Amino acid sequence: MSGILRLEGVSKAFGGIRAVNDVSFALEEGEIVGLIGPNGAGKTTLVNLITGVHPLTAGRVVFAGADVTRQKPFQAARRGLARTFQIVQPFPQMSVLENVAAGALFGGAPDTMADALDEARRELAFVGLEPLAETPAASLTLPNRKRLELAKSLAMRPKVLLLDEVNAGLNAAEIDGALELIRQIAARGVTILIIEHLMKVVLSISQRILVLHHGELIAEGAPRAVVENEKVIEAYLGAKFAARFKQQGSAHV
Amino acid sequence: MGGDGTSTKLSGPAVLSRKPLAYAALALWVGLLAATPLLGDNYTVRIAITIAMFTAMALSWNFIGGFTGYPSFSTAAFFGIGCYVGALAQRNGIPLVVAWTLATLAVALFAAALGLIILRLKGHYFAIGSIAVVEVVRLIVSSWGSVTGGGDGLNVPLLQGGPEAVSAIVLYVMLAIMLAAFGATVLVDRGRLGFGLRCINQNEDAADMVGIDTTRYKIAAYSLSALFCGTVGAVYASWVGYIDPTDSFSILLTVKVPVMALLGGAGTVFGPIVGTGVFVLLEEFFWANFLEWNRAILGGIIVFLIFFLPGGILRLDYRRLWRDLLARRARQRSAEAAE
Ligand SMILES: Nc1ncnc2c1ncn2[C@@H]1O[C@H](COP(=O)(O)OP(=O)(O)OP(=O)(O)O)[C@@H](O)[C@H]1O
Ligand SMILES: [Mg+2]
Repeated sequence: MSGILRLEGVSKAFGGIRAVNDVSFALEEGEIVGLIGPNGAGKTTLVNLITGVHPLTAGRVVFAGADVTRQKPFQAARRGLARTFQIVQPFPQMSVLENVAAGALFGGAPDTMADALDEARRELAFVGLEPLAETPAASLTLPNRKRLELAKSLAMRPKVLLLDEVNAGLNAAEIDGALELIRQIAARGVTILIIEHLMKVVLSISQRILVLHHGELIAEGAPRAVVENEKVIEAYLGAKFAARFKQQGSAHV
Repeated sequence: MGGDGTSTKLSGPAVLSRKPLAYAALALWVGLLAATPLLGDNYTVRIAITIAMFTAMALSWNFIGGFTGYPSFSTAAFFGIGCYVGALAQRNGIPLVVAWTLATLAVALFAAALGLIILRLKGHYFAIGSIAVVEVVRLIVSSWGSVTGGGDGLNVPLLQGGPEAVSAIVLYVMLAIMLAAFGATVLVDRGRLGFGLRCINQNEDAADMVGIDTTRYKIAAYSLSALFCGTVGAVYASWVGYIDPTDSFSILLTVKVPVMALLGGAGTVFGPIVGTGVFVLLEEFFWANFLEWNRAILGGIIVFLIFFLPGGILRLDYRRLWRDLLARRARQRSAEAAE
């Protein structure tokens, strides 16, 4: 198994806390993979380890065949490994357009500011933020900030996109829109790892699911298999959900 | 940033920087300063020199303190090292202009090396670290008597010519440095570097994640903030003919320069020029009229700045201020009429 992004025995300890413990998996090119797990399971930490925000305590990260274990976040960005922040991180006093242009200019292909702005306009249109292009990022609503975060990382022309709860705080209609966007991003050939608490969302979009619990990968596989996995039910989903899911499943059949 | 008018709407001065009016005003201002040797006495020329050299340093500070948002207080270290490198080079028979260039390069290198360490600090820690640099360098220069003359200071070869000719030469050199610093500011402001520095200023983690090599960008800004101060220091040493550690590494200078930039508007292209002009003229006025209160007044300006002008003179929204004033007047009148 090669994969565009491969983790080998990745661990991270913060003092005494083992936030991520001996995690190994690979993402195949073009896949959408869901990463689920209870609060504090280590999902965000894992994204931080992949993108070089924190140094690893042990293990290796391999991206597109190259060992990138010790990279800095800006290097990850330039290599085509983009992420969105669970807690959105805009440049507050810049316009929405400039925020996205920053992603294009520094993380993407464009060499000139004019090209970066063009690219930024395209991505803003794609996520539906074009009418707000000139407003300061600080004045956006939370759903729009999430869209901005997405547009900014898309402008970086990523090969792999790590989405950390981009749908949190969105209502049902907005989530449907967001899912459609994510499908379209995948259709461009971008490999996606999506962290998500809403099971309905993860199950509908992921081709494969990884389950993290106390920093360890306790299950991995097709959505159906993962949901029926005893360990996952115990650690995360709860018996009720499993029962309901089974009922729905059999009703459809 | 791109020349297509899509610059930040929030920071008015970024828009202003493309206004021909502002450039015309600057040309007028520089012309006025340059004309002082013809128009005024030697005292006036001294003021013009002071304005030119402090404007160059305030513009320099603006790279790190304004664009990047790192509150640096190392200006006096850069200025002082410039003084000493220039003086020592000249004393060793190196020609004037080469000595000045050497001082510039030495200070830029010093800042780049120092930046590698000190720019890991953020906020208050960076401010304290940067001011400590001034003290450390001053102590080294004071104690290294065999080379620097220690506390006794150093004599610097004087410029050739009568006092008036010397003042005029110094003025034109300082003005040239000021314009070079301004040119660098305009280039940075419009280019990739300036955009990256603003990103770092607003959210350093996000800047990193978007692909900006924040360490390199910050070091570039810090070196730019040092470079021209080194030249100014070396020229200053040639002008006054004698330097010592207290005068060269003055804490007052290290505080004044950021205050000047903040007064005009940190992070704007014209702010440091406006701020320095206003500051030096105010200082001269108070200096002439209330000799003893001079320092107290500087303190007063700092307090005023912090409370009333957090964005500086150029960031004030004058139209709104005017409207508010008119509205208040109108309210007062209608209240009076009602009585
Ligand atoms: N920088 C840090 N320093 C110390 N401990 C940390 C740090 N970052 C995360 N942790 C700890 O690591 C563990 C995993 O946190 P993480 O944020 O990765 O969880 P998560 O799965 O993303 O949770 P959530 O679903 O709430 O976002 C937690 O116990 C957290 O307190
Ligand atoms: Mg998280």
